[in-house]
Amino acid sequence: MSPLFQAKGMSVRLDGQVVLASVNLSVSPGEIVTIVGPNGSGKSTLLRAIIGAIQPDSGSLDLRPGLRIGYVPQKLHIDPTLPVTVIRFLSLPKAASRSEALRVLGLTGAQSVAARQLSELSGGQLQRVLLARALLAEPELLILDEATQGLDQPGSASFYQLISDIRDDIGCGILMVSHELHVVMASSDRVICLNGHICCEGHPAHVASAPEYRALFGTGTGGALALYRHEHDHNHDHHHEIAE
Amino acid sequence: MNELLDDFLIRATLAGIAVAFAAAPLGCFVVWRRMAYFGDATAHAAILGVALALAFNISVFLGVLTVSILVATLVAQLSGRGFAMDTLLGVMAHASLAIGLVAVSFLSGVRVDLMAFLFGDILAVSSADLAVIWSGALAVLVLLIWRWDALLTATMSPELARAGGLDPDREQLVLSIILAIVVAVALKVVGVILITAMLIIPAAAARPLARTPETMAILAALIAVLSAVGGLQMSLLADTPAGPSIVTIAFCLFILSLIAGNLYRTRS
Repeated sequence: MSPLFQAKGMSVRLDGQVVLASVNLSVSPGEIVTIVGPNGSGKSTLLRAIIGAIQPDSGSLDLRPGLRIGYVPQKLHIDPTLPVTVIRFLSLPKAASRSEALRVLGLTGAQSVAARQLSELSGGQLQRVLLARALLAEPELLILDEATQGLDQPGSASFYQLISDIRDDIGCGILMVSHELHVVMASSDRVICLNGHICCEGHPAHVASAPEYRALFGTGTGGALALYRHEHDHNHDHHHEIAE
Repeated sequence: MNELLDDFLIRATLAGIAVAFAAAPLGCFVVWRRMAYFGDATAHAAILGVALALAFNISVFLGVLTVSILVATLVAQLSGRGFAMDTLLGVMAHASLAIGLVAVSFLSGVRVDLMAFLFGDILAVSSADLAVIWSGALAVLVLLIWRWDALLTATMSPELARAGGLDPDREQLVLSIILAIVVAVALKVVGVILITAMLIIPAAAARPLARTPETMAILAALIAVLSAVGGLQMSLLADTPAGPSIVTIAFCLFILSLIAGNLYRTRS
């Protein structure tokens, strides 16, 4: 199948500084690609280029014509002075019908918070609402920017499980950026290690043992950064209830 | 109708209502985006606009509008260049007020009633002023309604706005322009010093009673209208200055709303 988007030798400068240098990257439908990299490695810049917020300076970035992108931002700080219910939030900036809004909230297990104020939600609830919002566009490509920041480890793990289930349900390609290597890698088809350029890429296990990756992230954490592997020899019951 | 407009109190009330409708919904954005100082800077720049308008013999409304837009865009350009926003706005707000006052003193031969510009002169609103004020207020409402969802999205998250194909910087510019129009409209009614009050107090008073941005904006407008009408009546009955009376009533409504909001919360 042809990729959803393809970057070839793409470079981006911001304020004269080269932030990304000759990046080759593509994501196919149904594929989960995770980008890991230290702060300032150009992860967010890469995402912003793909959503069209910035233009590459050289090389090419081709999106499938009319590609529908769903975007889950890094964090959302809603000022408490701004009253807004979850259901109203889902209608911004494009109007969504009530039934449509409830449907996507159902997909992410957040239907019960539909009438709540956005500023009252827990971190996990807010992430599920943001994910639901991204699903409104019926995305072919779902982009997540550090989507699990502020979640504890079980929270992150169940959020990643949810994303992988959604991939299975709607068959979209998924591109996410993360610093949480141990949880992310397990559900990814491909991991890309970024530091201004692509240092190494491949299957999670391959990247974790690559010398370039070790150089960036070190081995100092020893067992704490061991890979988390899914056990597929038993069946999960995937109820996406929100833990209060 | 013309005879009706002959009554200065009717003209003042209509002017007050127009300013209320223009300032209060915009004030919600000022509160949500924490731009109170931004309102101050733009409002204080109005004095410089008055001085220039009188010097070049153009309409005060146009002079104020031009200078306010210039200062608002200048602040937006300078932000994020080594100064914190509140420092930058503090500099701009007070510098433009000071430069404006100095510029006014250079105007020889023109008698300028500074008090009227600083504190407003709503009882002296003419039919021509009224036409300008209502046109400006309607322009503000049209702009706000037209850009509402885009402004709201950009206010919540610039990232989400970008992903939705919007340009948050452009929405910021739209807000700056709306703010400049409000300042130009409100100058005659409440004066430079109290414009920010008309932006923020009704919005703050509406907050405890609202669950969506739209209800907050509508409630803020109603509270502002009530303040304008109530303040003018108070001014008439107690012979108090009109602009400050309007703000005083708005403050009373703010306190009432806080109490009502707390009662509601403890009961539910």
